[in-house]
Amino acid sequence: MAMVLADYLILGAVLFGLSVAGIFINRKNVIILLMCIELMLLAVNTNFIAFSHFMADISGQVFVFFILTVAAAEAAIGLAILVVLFRNRHTINVDDLDSMKG
Amino acid sequence: MIAFEKIVFYLFAAILVYAATRVITVRNPVHAALHLVLAFFTSAALWLLLEAEFLAITLVLVYVGAVMVLFLFVVMMLDINTSPIREGFIKYLPVGLSVAGLMLFEMYLVVHSKYFSAGQMPTPVPRAADYSNTRELGSVLYTDYVYPFEIASVILVVAIIAAIVLTMRKRKGTKTQDPAEQVKVRSSDRVRVIKMEAETKD
Repeated sequence: MAMVLADYLILGAVLFGLSVAGIFINRKNVIILLMCIELMLLAVNTNFIAFSHFMADISGQVFVFFILTVAAAEAAIGLAILVVLFRNRHTINVDDLDSMKG
Repeated sequence: MIAFEKIVFYLFAAILVYAATRVITVRNPVHAALHLVLAFFTSAALWLLLEAEFLAITLVLVYVGAVMVLFLFVVMMLDINTSPIREGFIKYLPVGLSVAGLMLFEMYLVVHSKYFSAGQMPTPVPRAADYSNTRELGSVLYTDYVYPFEIASVILVVAIIAAIVLTMRKRKGTKTQDPAEQVKVRSSDRVRVIKMEAETKD
C-alpha cells in the first residue's frame, strides 16, 4: 500500500483544526495565539509540499519558501509589538487591552 | 519498502499531532514553545519524506534556530502570570472543539474525494540519488520568481527595521557619541579666550 496524497492532506487538516481549536481555547494569551498561527502556517506548508511532490511541480516549494519568509517577518514584528505592549501596560491579557473600546 | 514509508509517515504524524495538541493545552508558555519545536522537527522529517530536502533543512534552521528561540526569549523576558490567563479554558473548550471538528469534517469531505485518491494522483517514482532538490528550487527561484524573491528580501528588511524601531528605547545617562554634533563643532565652541589682567607673582 503506497502513500497517497490524501494521507498528507488529512494530516494537514488535523493540524489546522488543532490550531483553530487552540485559538479558541487560549484566547487570553497572545503568545499562545501567535504559536497557533505558526502551527496553521505549518499545516498549509505541508499541504503545499505534498501537492508539489505528487504533481511533480516545484512551484509549490517556491510558495512554501515565500510563506516561510513572511511568517518569520510576522513572528518578529508580532513579538516586538508584544514586548512594547508589556512594557507599557505590564500585562498581555487580552481582556485588559480594551483601551480602544472595541 | 513502500510499507516502510507508510510506517515512518504514521510514526511522525502521530508525534506531530501529539506535539500540536500539547502546544494548545499546556499551562506553561515555555512548554508550549518547546512542543512547537518538536512539531517543527517532525514536520521537517515529513518534508524529507516528500523529497523537499532544502525546505526541511530551512525549517529546522530558520524556525527552530531563529523564530522559536525568539519566542522563548520573549516568553522568558515577559514574566507572565499564567493563572488569570487560563481561566477561560473550560469555558471555550466546547466551542473550540466543535468549530475545529466541523472544519476537519468539511476538509475530510473535500480531501477524501476521488480526485486526491491513488488512482487520480499516483505515487511518483522516487528521484535518482544524484537529483538535487536545492538546484531545482534555485533554478526556478532565480528565474521565474526573481521579482517575488526581491520583494521577500524587502519584507525581511522591513521586519528587521520595524522590530528594532518598536523595541528601541532612549535611556538617559548613557555615554554615546553623536557624529553629526562632532562634525559640525567649531573651534569657538571649544576654546573660549578670555581677556584678563596680567597676574603678578607674589
